[in-house]
Amino acid sequence: MTNRITGISGPTVSASPKGLKMYDRVSLGDAQLMGEVVRLEKQRAVIQVYEDTRGLGVGEPVRSVGKPLTARLGPGLLNRMFDGLQRPLDGLYQEYGAFIQAGKQAAQPWLARTFSFIPLKRPGDETRRGESLGYVEEGPFKHYIPNMEADGRIVRIVEGEMGLDDPVAALSDGTQLYLQHDWPVRLPRPSRGKRARVEPLITGQRCIDFLFPLARGGTAIFPGGFGTGKTILEQSIAKFADVDVVVYVGCGERGNEMAEMLEEFSALDDPRTDRPLMTRTIVVVNTSNMPVAAREASIYTAVTMAEYYRDMGHNVLLLADSLSRWAEALREISSALEEMPGEEGYPTYLASRMAEFFARAGAVETADGKTGSLTMILSVSPPGGDFTEPVTQACLRTTGSLFLLDTNLAYRRHFPAINWFQSFSLYEGDVASYFNRQVSPQWGLHHRRCREILQKEQRLREVAEIVGTEGLQEADRMLMHVAERIRREFLMQNAYTEDAYSSPEQTNEKIGGILEPYFRDTNTPTHGASGTEPGPDYPRTSLGSKNARPEA
Amino acid sequence: MRLSVHSYSTVARIQGPLIFVERVMQARMGESVTIVFPDRRKLEGEVLKIEKNNVLIQIFGESRGLDMDQTSVEFTDAVKKAPLSRSLLDRVFDGSFQPLDGLPHFVPERWAPVSGLPINPIARARPQELIETGFSVIDGLNTLVKGQKLPIFSSAGLPSKEMVAGILQHAHAGAVNSVETGKAFVVVFVALGLAHHEHEFYRQALMRMRNRFVAFINLADDPVVERLLAPRFGLSVAEYLAFVHGEDVLVVITDMTNYCDALREVSTAREELPGRRGYPGYMYSDLASLYERAGRIKQMPGSITMLPLVTMPEDDITHPIPDLTGYITEGQIVFSRELHQQGLFPPVDVLPSLSRLMQRGIGEGRTRADHRDIANALYTHYAKGRDLRRLEVIVGREGMTDDDRLMLDFADAFEAEIVHQGTERRGIAETLDLGLGLLQRFSLESA
Ligand SMILES: Nc1ncnc2c1ncn2[C@@H]1O[C@H](COP(=O)(O)OP(=O)(O)OP(=O)(O)O)[C@@H](O)[C@H]1O
Ligand SMILES: [Mg+2]
Repeated sequence: MTNRITGISGPTVSASPKGLKMYDRVSLGDAQLMGEVVRLEKQRAVIQVYEDTRGLGVGEPVRSVGKPLTARLGPGLLNRMFDGLQRPLDGLYQEYGAFIQAGKQAAQPWLARTFSFIPLKRPGDETRRGESLGYVEEGPFKHYIPNMEADGRIVRIVEGEMGLDDPVAALSDGTQLYLQHDWPVRLPRPSRGKRARVEPLITGQRCIDFLFPLARGGTAIFPGGFGTGKTILEQSIAKFADVDVVVYVGCGERGNEMAEMLEEFSALDDPRTDRPLMTRTIVVVNTSNMPVAAREASIYTAVTMAEYYRDMGHNVLLLADSLSRWAEALREISSALEEMPGEEGYPTYLASRMAEFFARAGAVETADGKTGSLTMILSVSPPGGDFTEPVTQACLRTTGSLFLLDTNLAYRRHFPAINWFQSFSLYEGDVASYFNRQVSPQWGLHHRRCREILQKEQRLREVAEIVGTEGLQEADRMLMHVAERIRREFLMQNAYTEDAYSSPEQTNEKIGGILEPYFRDTNTPTHGASGTEPGPDYPRTSLGSKNARPEA
Repeated sequence: MRLSVHSYSTVARIQGPLIFVERVMQARMGESVTIVFPDRRKLEGEVLKIEKNNVLIQIFGESRGLDMDQTSVEFTDAVKKAPLSRSLLDRVFDGSFQPLDGLPHFVPERWAPVSGLPINPIARARPQELIETGFSVIDGLNTLVKGQKLPIFSSAGLPSKEMVAGILQHAHAGAVNSVETGKAFVVVFVALGLAHHEHEFYRQALMRMRNRFVAFINLADDPVVERLLAPRFGLSVAEYLAFVHGEDVLVVITDMTNYCDALREVSTAREELPGRRGYPGYMYSDLASLYERAGRIKQMPGSITMLPLVTMPEDDITHPIPDLTGYITEGQIVFSRELHQQGLFPPVDVLPSLSRLMQRGIGEGRTRADHRDIANALYTHYAKGRDLRRLEVIVGREGMTDDDRLMLDFADAFEAEIVHQGTERRGIAETLDLGLGLLQRFSLESA
């Protein structure tokens, strides 16, 4: 029987509940909009609608598709832009033109392609769920095809050119396995467990790599008011980070930015592989004027694709801009559902949803016994630039690092506008010892001295406000001078110039070039208490970082 | 499809701009309705929410005169649409698309839903063609490009309309044009809650650009809820002119603060949970549904550039209206009361001002090879001078080094010579020469 629409409120629809199951995907109305059952009551089912509900009428049919919101995982995802429901935007553009209409499904343009499948198993082999059956070549690396169905014995496995919907293997119980499969986006993909290993994730941003380094599998947020450089920073990291796959989510932001990114990433080559950057990138975009419920889903669609590549043993980076827009979408849906509001109208489960999402980051042991990592770097857009708001605060409870973007720095065109007093990275200690070993034994020393100078400068500025710059001593003025050089030549990094990327070696050279003459001139010994290892005052992960927590 | 006309007189409640109607069959979300008053007057409305056969309707007009018994509501089975035709040009309408110029209504060539459809991000062409506005603070330091949305953040009593008129006037003179095609802009002017004296001012500015404008005027004493509709009509017209007729359209909306207040008023009447300062939680998405309609599309000649005006309540840039606007638009031009009091025009504080799409519009082949360096140097030195002014207040000029005093002088000269230009129009080359000259006079490098 067909269910019928009984009510419509914002992005939610009520329908007669009979036969519907929680989290069932449904098709709504004559326009066939996509939705998901989010609440069941005796008298009604409530459906979150992923498309614009305008024009939808009471009495129109609701049909269950019978499975939850899923992402389709297989070869062909890289080098593409999807909406929050994983509809390919190139396909929509080709079929329906420049404007997105509700209810339209697009063919997946790569569906017709075939891929050369090379099996890693033979008939008679046992396979466990999650393990790879074989692989296809995708760009610079092997794209492993997992068995996501069941444990069992392989009775048939093929080799050669295969379409996405052709079975590549069969199990003794009759289960067919394909090049692609569907995975429910809200369900984390399984692994053999997290691995505690600390390897840096080099971003090419001096301020991050040197002062607040990131680890693969870690999480970072950068909150900042409008125009403080969140998007530019996200996109710079997407370009230069030393990872295998980048999944970028434009969540509730601008269309022009995404067009720009697509154009740039198609034109620029990845220096590691000499292929266009887009070929290692998947973009998920739900701009601010696209439906909010799909915006809410977009980060899950993205993280599912990221996990999929992680499970092949790759280092994957998920960038989302901005998590606040996701939280606001959650708030809009929650309010349409007439749920009890928590702080600033956000639902009371905001923090737990966020924690669940952050928990999908990490370095894991894959079913094949490899290590894969999923790092998350998320921007946050606090209203009025006020960091005490619920989204920033909920993130702070779970994030491994914080780059706080400062409106005052941005007004002065100091970019990236990372506030060096209030930012922190819990990975700092461990990762810095890696840099000490791999890049330069001076790394830790430079780091410590750089911090000291910046802190002293801050104090001297306060003094200067009392005695004037004329009243400072020569040594103080020299310190202020070197601090200014650190800020202007080292911490600032213009994303529109050659300087947009700085390798750890270049970073080390640059800071050395500023610090060494200064310490020579001021007769301070060039080697600190320890030249190779971080000194005892060096903030360590286990201890937390003592002066790194934001003061606010 | 419903076949018969649906008319109901089952009004259950009237509250501010909202009507609740009972026992309605098969209403549609966003459906356009006509409300027939007891005296046969008619007003437009729109379905906001449906619960079984109870329907919540927003009225685009005054609910004064409605009653429970004789009022009836006709359902149209369609969402609200805007009539479109090229003969829109040179016409003035009210916020409900009724002619204000005494001429008869035009014959529509086609209709389009007022809420528009989102542009597929993949179909967007990157905005990169410079628009010369004649103002140094914009052209030199916060360059505007075709397809950009760049609001002006003003404060009560500051001469924002003079700046807007300045930009419009250059449009008339053919100066606001694309360097590449040299074609003049068509202006879609949307006034929301306009005071009468402002109306007269803008009317004259528009008069000067015959055949190249369409105006939607909602005055201060016109219905508040109409303010939610007028910008959507304006944008539907802009999309038609840009993407059907290939025009470069400049959409001026004044004042978005009145738009947001109307949104808050409806939200309050709906008894929704108020967000910051009482504005609804969905204001970001709602504003985005307007601002994001600016842009260019691949393989299409036209463009929509948007210049919304926002009056910052209490001069506060963190107020939700400028804040959410800034989060959606591609930069902002920020007015400063202090500069205005010093007699500078336009009183633009360049530090919080920003054009995010500037990088693509300037440089070799677009403006001048040295544009970026000049702009960066002016910014850096001016920012430093501004910082030092704080110090100057505390320790006095004598307490400062010669270098610092030089930066203070530079900041003063920058404001007097670059920011301030009065009503004179400056070409981009002139602006850059002025900037370069200033840097040289202070022996500062521009790289
Ligand atoms: N690293 C950088 N180098 C040079 N300019 C920068 C850099 N970062 C930011 N900018 C400047 O700041 C502007 C705003 O940056 P961006 O768009 O990233 O801000 P945002 O924080 O994402 O703002 P919103 O929250 O409104 O999206 C850019 O258009 C650019 O002019
Ligand atoms: Mg941004």
